[in-house]
Amino acid sequence: MADRDIILCRCEDVTRETILDCIAAGYRTIDEIKRVTRAGMGPCQGRTCRLLIAQELSRAYGVPMEEVLMPTFRPPVKPISMGALADAWLEEHTGEAAVSGQAVPEEGGGAE
Amino acid sequence: MIRDVEVLVIGGGPAGLCAAEAAASAGAHVLLCERDGVPGGQLVKQTHKFFGSERQYAGERGIFIGKKLIDAVTRRENVEILTDATVLGMYEDGVVTVLKDDKHLKLRPKKTIIATGAAEKFLTFPNNDLPGIYGAGAVQTLMNVAGVKPAERVVMVGAGNIGLIVSYQLLQAGVRVVSVVEAAPRIGGFLVHAAKLRRAGVPIRTGWTVKEAYGNGKLEGVVLCELDEKWQQVPGTELDVPCDTLCLAVGLTPLSELCWQAGCHMEFIRELSGHVPVTDENLMTSVEGLYAAGDVSGIEEASSAMVEGRLAGYAAAASLGYDAERSRAEADAARAELRELRSGPLGGKIRAGLEKVAEKRRNAVC
Repeated sequence: MADRDIILCRCEDVTRETILDCIAAGYRTIDEIKRVTRAGMGPCQGRTCRLLIAQELSRAYGVPMEEVLMPTFRPPVKPISMGALADAWLEEHTGEAAVSGQAVPEEGGGAE
Repeated sequence: MIRDVEVLVIGGGPAGLCAAEAAASAGAHVLLCERDGVPGGQLVKQTHKFFGSERQYAGERGIFIGKKLIDAVTRRENVEILTDATVLGMYEDGVVTVLKDDKHLKLRPKKTIIATGAAEKFLTFPNNDLPGIYGAGAVQTLMNVAGVKPAERVVMVGAGNIGLIVSYQLLQAGVRVVSVVEAAPRIGGFLVHAAKLRRAGVPIRTGWTVKEAYGNGKLEGVVLCELDEKWQQVPGTELDVPCDTLCLAVGLTPLSELCWQAGCHMEFIRELSGHVPVTDENLMTSVEGLYAAGDVSGIEEASSAMVEGRLAGYAAAASLGYDAERSRAEADAARAELRELRSGPLGGKIRAGLEKVAEKRRNAVC
């Protein structure tokens, strides 16, 4: 199979070849592979590639899927703008809503 | 500024809507967070009729069931629905964060029902990132929600209910479905759906898969091939099929990130299609006051998702002391309905998966 033409992580364009290279180099967990390849760090946060990488690990190390170690799951589940976090912080600490308009253009703070 | 919430329902699909309705009918105050602009979940695009019994709206089309559930919930004064509101995180101290209209909100719910549903699985084959390769759910959204004819010539991968139903709806939209391909040796979905496709002349190839896709900048065709009994591709069976769209309906997997974040006891259960929280008879996870209902606790039909939502909703209300006697009776009734829904030969896989969950729970408790 042309592993370099098979995408496992769509968000970060990580191929099956890259994942298999990691496994050949001795990486054993989804978290390790994530840190060196960025697989699972894109907008979908691993929803698509997590189980596919787990399957490769399962196959390579002869470990059943039930026992493949899952990565650590942290908030937020989807990317959010720094502005949204800054607004929330300001509101909590100054009691004023949306003062960040001074620092961030009001319309352009845009999410997504 | 942390907002106190009595019952937080995460997800406005069939399970979440039924959970909200149940908890609210007992008197609890409910906040429902829906990621999309409208509640309804996948029901908003399901133009086919449902099975089950009358209590699960058998014989009605998914879109109308969704409308009924939404109407019931919106009529209740003690339910607030936040749309375009994605729950981002579950923290150890019980705080839940939400992104609503680019505002970061913090909630502190007494009880939480996670009803986040499922995500579509993806398939690995060469050139699987060519434009024109979609999840079947996306194609169904384009057709039935956006009103867009999504393709001219489609190959569908997967003969489970989603693959079969979306194929038929593509035909209804005037799209040519060239072939349905299923890796398993038999059709996974209800035969009534498969029969409609066969009557329309669509071939369903069981024991076949996609070897590769090809195209210059966009999908122009796929090469299919046969699989042997060990699921290995059989050389020499390649079949070149020109098409502009390839739909993947190769299964769903529970969208359980929030359960992981909350620290729930999670297990990979093959029969339930992925990692699920280990729940008790009330669908409560290992985290006190945190429930999981619908596909997030194991992939099943929307009918059972609705009943699971109702069960979790009444259980949460009862634990808060709302109309406790009736709530417990309703939870019992929901459990009986679930047993009935899962009783036939088609429920065997789910029953096996749930038995594994129960065993994991017993081992964890001991």
